[in-house]
Amino acid sequence: MVERYDVLIVGAGPAGLAAADAAAGHGLRVGLIDAQATQGGQVWRHDVRRAPTHAAVIAFEAVARHANIAWLERTQVIAAATDKLLVEQDGQSRCLHYGKLILACGARELLLPFPGWTLPGVLGAGGAQALVKQGWPVKGKRVVVAGSGPLLLAAAATLRKHGAIMLGIYEQTSAAQLTAFASRLWRWPARVAQAVALRTALAGVPYRAGAFVRAAYGDAQLRAAEVHIGKRTRRIDCDLLAVGYGLVPNVELAQLLGVALDERGRHPHIEVDEDQRTNLANMYAAGEVCGIGGRDVARIEGAIAGHATAGDAAAARALHPARRRARRFSALLETHFALDPRIRDLADADTIVCRCEDVPLSALNDYTDARAAKLATRCGMGACQGRICGTALAELDHFPRTGSRPPIFPARLATLADAGFASTTPT
Amino acid sequence: MSSTTKLVRVWVNGCSVDVPAGANVAAAIARVVPVFGHGVSGRARAPLCGMGVCFECRVRIDGADQQRACMTIARDGMRVQTTTEVRHG
Amino acid sequence: MNTFDLVVVGAGIVGAACADLAAAQGLRIAIVEPDPIGGGATAASMGHLVVMDDDPAELALSRYSLQLWEAYADLPEAEFSRCGTLWIARDERERAGIDAKIARLAQAGVRAQAIDVNTLYELEPELAPGLAGGMLVAGEAVVYPPRVADFLVKRAVSRRADLFQGRRVQQLVDDGVVLDDGTRLSGPVLIATGCALPDLLPMLPMRARKGHLVITDRYPAFVHHQLLELGYADSAHGDAPISVAFNVQPRPTGQVLIGSSREFDTTRDISLPTLRRMLDRAFAFLPRLRDLQALRIWTGFRPTTPDGRPYLGPVPGLRDVWVAAGHEGLGVTTAFGSARLVIDQLLGNRTAIDSTPYLPARSIV
Repeated sequence: MVERYDVLIVGAGPAGLAAADAAAGHGLRVGLIDAQATQGGQVWRHDVRRAPTHAAVIAFEAVARHANIAWLERTQVIAAATDKLLVEQDGQSRCLHYGKLILACGARELLLPFPGWTLPGVLGAGGAQALVKQGWPVKGKRVVVAGSGPLLLAAAATLRKHGAIMLGIYEQTSAAQLTAFASRLWRWPARVAQAVALRTALAGVPYRAGAFVRAAYGDAQLRAAEVHIGKRTRRIDCDLLAVGYGLVPNVELAQLLGVALDERGRHPHIEVDEDQRTNLANMYAAGEVCGIGGRDVARIEGAIAGHATAGDAAAARALHPARRRARRFSALLETHFALDPRIRDLADADTIVCRCEDVPLSALNDYTDARAAKLATRCGMGACQGRICGTALAELDHFPRTGSRPPIFPARLATLADAGFASTTPT
Repeated sequence: MSSTTKLVRVWVNGCSVDVPAGANVAAAIARVVPVFGHGVSGRARAPLCGMGVCFECRVRIDGADQQRACMTIARDGMRVQTTTEVRHG
Repeated sequence: MNTFDLVVVGAGIVGAACADLAAAQGLRIAIVEPDPIGGGATAASMGHLVVMDDDPAELALSRYSLQLWEAYADLPEAEFSRCGTLWIARDERERAGIDAKIARLAQAGVRAQAIDVNTLYELEPELAPGLAGGMLVAGEAVVYPPRVADFLVKRAVSRRADLFQGRRVQQLVDDGVVLDDGTRLSGPVLIATGCALPDLLPMLPMRARKGHLVITDRYPAFVHHQLLELGYADSAHGDAPISVAFNVQPRPTGQVLIGSSREFDTTRDISLPTLRRMLDRAFAFLPRLRDLQALRIWTGFRPTTPDGRPYLGPVPGLRDVWVAAGHEGLGVTTAFGSARLVIDQLLGNRTAIDSTPYLPARSIV
């Protein structure tokens, strides 16, 4: 059975949902793919105890209204060609043909190694938020949140709403940078409202700037976190440590397809023009995958991409000013939440860097070549395919990230042998 | 939508545990044990990223090994086993 | 001073073994390798130490080399795992041929035993029903070749070998080689560059034969031995444009490594139709392999000569130029034996086995 779509959208977060709505509005046959069971991506992740936000509901309903959007949930992209995707859904392989592709793959959290980070109970900040929304028990648990960026506040608020005892939020950027950031927020009233709401939700929770987690302690699980606040060090007994240093675009599928990336920073993002077009004629990208920008950027860019795939240049163009404004906010984040260099130095010789293969930092120090290090230590050869260690090592300026090969996620061997995907001439 | 009252019952390492409908298997496991598996050198491990990229949450679900618990929605009657044996590389 | 007793070009497992042996014999050597040590075919390989009985010359070389490999059984870098090789007979015809194979192997000093159908399924419960039996070579092992190559080079360096890493030999000259940065290294030259052999020795026919491998997540009890179909040699020594054969290995990590395929194609890209054929063949022998999670697919290139045997010895027409290359799928197995054959010839020593089948002169018309 050949499955064909005019437009396939990879990712059902704010960008993908907006793209689907826009493209389908022009009558195109749209396939909306996500590895999760529900729509919303990370920021609008389904919460088992709370109703979705108003903005999320609007986005879900907009998509549900179109009969010509096929919602392909629990669907993971495994391999790709310029005209079709090999996906796996509930263990079954499927070959999806497309005319145009919109990459709305979003971002993952930047997780950096520090002593004790592999202890059960140490989570990402976005990671903790995601797990809690999906039922992870935190009621009555003592939680420390740390790392960088406004995401820490959102994560802390979610944790508190689910009954966690919030011991503190430790933001690595300096108080001066925070003040400067806050002073420039007035241009984005919605952000100010959001900040105020978060402040209220987190009343009574200590929030410290110029602070970072130095180490986690425990035997078989986390017992305490060591936090540096300015010049002081505190050891805080806790049950959960939620620490994240920002977001990194998920560019693996783009790399596999040969989509051009902007590689000037430590972490590449997809290069797009004003209409969200990539260097490949039938491929578009929108949202975090084009550079971390937040939810509003994602919605606007998704809509632009959706209109662009339908050939509606006017509708796409009409959204350019809004996109520019929204992207200016993300530039603000980059400026005021740049990482303190000490955070790149937290791992000591024994700290595991490759969690899949238990490779400590010291094992990597003999190698200047990423491939030689990989061959000798197996760093990056595990199930995460280098998503955790490779990203961390790029942030630490140790090794740059390498390219992608299929499968871009682990898949059943039977999926790799899918007849439909293998049958036509490789591109 | 009301998921606060609807519960789903799964079995983790032989123990029954109830989670709200829509919860993932990782949430069910966390109610039973703090440790999901052991790294290559035998040290205790549990989920990190919550979004399917770190692979620390791999467990056996209904007989299938190496399934990501955070990416699997809990369904009534599911049988889950954490990897408790220590593996040496 | 850039004068050496031997300049070894190429530090894959074969070059590394040659360099290590030469240094151990007291030769002052240079090693030239442009890429990570053991980063070519060595890194792509399955690391299976195996004796094939269909070519008497390869049988002798493999047997000789496997004896030398025993010295590394306790080397941590080798990750030597004596899982044994279990050859599978699909039908009565294949099973009937096993006795002759056992006899040939026994003559070469290799112990193999016939396995009846009941024992076959006791040894490997995951095998598909309907198979006829097999042959077990219990003493064979799997290793991790890149780290062995690295170890051998480091040992050579500890014996005063000079390592020119990141450098490539630009050309052969009368008294040695010139590197890509202009450095001249003087002395006899040993070329162990695998598929890149034609760059320096275009007179020796060599083609790259692409293979695919897939590795899974950890499933420690899934298979216990390296499993091969008895028809494997037909694939390896046949000349069909694309061939696949059942070849599955339990890694010491608990991961399952799946091969094998052969085609003459020089692009690194994964060929999905070939991959599919290879996997389908594997599923035919191990049905539940279908459910295992695959983590990575890669390709590698086997350096292949017209008769399938490596070139081991002096290059005719050139003075003081030697070659150790062209091992097809037996480079890891025969690395140490190859090194002995070439270095013995170079030093004028008697070789332990007959070197005639491997002389490069055989290929030059």
